[in-house]
Amino acid sequence: MTIKRKACIAGAYEHPTRKAPDKTVAQLHAECARGALADAGLTLQDVDGYFCAGDAPGLGANNMADYLGLTKLRHIDTTDTGGSAYLIHVSHAAQAIAAGKCDVALVTLAGRPRSEGSSGVAPRLVTANTPDVPWEMPYSPVIVNMYALAAARHMHEYGTTSEQLAWIKVAAAAHAQHNPNAMLREPVTVEEVLASPMISDPLHKLDCCVVSDGGGALVVVRPEIAARLKRPVVNILGAGETIKGQLGGHVDLTWSGAAISGPIAFKEAGVSPADIQYASIYDSFTITVLMQLEDLGFCKKGEGGRFVADGNLISGVGTLPFNTDGGGLCNNHPANRGGITKVIEAVRQLRGEAHPKVQVPDCTLALAQGTGGLLGSRHGSATLIMERQ
Amino acid sequence: MTTPYTERPLAPVTVDAATEHFWTQAKEGLLCTRRCTSCGEVHWYPRALCPFCMGDTEWCSLSGLGTIYSVSVTRRAGPIAYAIAYVALDEGITLLTNIVDCDFDDLKIGQRVEVTFKPAEGGAMVPMFKPA
Ligand SMILES: [Zn+2]
Repeated sequence: MTIKRKACIAGAYEHPTRKAPDKTVAQLHAECARGALADAGLTLQDVDGYFCAGDAPGLGANNMADYLGLTKLRHIDTTDTGGSAYLIHVSHAAQAIAAGKCDVALVTLAGRPRSEGSSGVAPRLVTANTPDVPWEMPYSPVIVNMYALAAARHMHEYGTTSEQLAWIKVAAAAHAQHNPNAMLREPVTVEEVLASPMISDPLHKLDCCVVSDGGGALVVVRPEIAARLKRPVVNILGAGETIKGQLGGHVDLTWSGAAISGPIAFKEAGVSPADIQYASIYDSFTITVLMQLEDLGFCKKGEGGRFVADGNLISGVGTLPFNTDGGGLCNNHPANRGGITKVIEAVRQLRGEAHPKVQVPDCTLALAQGTGGLLGSRHGSATLIMERQ
Repeated sequence: MTTPYTERPLAPVTVDAATEHFWTQAKEGLLCTRRCTSCGEVHWYPRALCPFCMGDTEWCSLSGLGTIYSVSVTRRAGPIAYAIAYVALDEGITLLTNIVDCDFDDLKIGQRVEVTFKPAEGGAMVPMFKPA
């Protein structure tokens, strides 16, 4: 069975807030759900599949489904692979629709890490009995240094430079200046990235994504339903997912899970990286983008630095426009999980609804890629390929 | 520029069925992991079942010698800078650790290192690495 053209993204909504001290996480989820259903032209009563991950408060989907008032559910999925989970949700929703398990799937994400004072230099939340914790916590792994270790190794193996990584932030900022909701709207230069404080070698402050409140939601539907709605039809063509860890101690930081999830998605979609007109690439840190671009095959392994340099990711300038909303680096990283905003901006591009300054002309084929968890130890990877019908 | 190593407080370690022997050995200045009794491979971090074949495993000692696979000096996650690293041991496994007792700004990938032990609250000795 394939999911190719078996399901469509009919609704997409990104919450405009970036700081929400007066709202609860559940309320943000609900506001996102309402926005995505309204965007699709559907209602609460149409939803028979619900998807959420660890940012949803309570026990799995139980509490959120009840809060939202979802009474027609016949398919539930709470796959959690960190920030990549929401791309997996879209894929799993397409599988469920293709298998007849649901017709209208709702995916929600929301969180308030900014209001709650979270940051990338705090220890990653872990639960009791997590088996790797006793072996790693004494060494103070935090989010940023578990990406920095991958960046340092990439520089050592391939000669990648901080200047090249900085170009990724420069491209994101060039896009964010056109997004009125973006947290950081000022264009930046390579020099400004390099002059920003060193957080964990070789990652500077401006190599890191923002910490923002907010959220997003998606509605995935059966093609027959999408056909009678008033929005442009976005088909799901292919998807891939995997988890990469430390390989029993044979640690290899030169590749990410995208090297596995990417080829699976391309094969199912029947397209190649050269066909992709727009790419949403998870940008928790600049190195995350560079690694995924290589692993997805947009350039050869080790050549990511040269690929991203000189504005190659800037819409209207380079060959691969990326994260035209400003991405996690500048726009929004709600719940410290950026996966859903990656899909949302890809949908905007395919509908022709991105900001005119960053809209890719006649965008018919787009990719969204997520890496959730820690690039340097354990992460989930998900790749999604979509087309405008 | 220099960034000297500074001692930082280490929280008590987790002692449970998976880790107790390791911490007992560490107090003696010994580094160990587990080896599979079926396929013979050593792995890291130590597990009761082999991550390569699901065979049973047993404790085995390690030389404590290796090279830095990657290193990052974390300068702004708290008041004290520290060097987090992956060290590739001569036995063929790579573990997450800290590099200590040196000027962090001189650290390089590929550098030879050897194990040393630093005290945590509660009396455990935590293996770390210093330039060999
Ligand atoms: Zn084995």
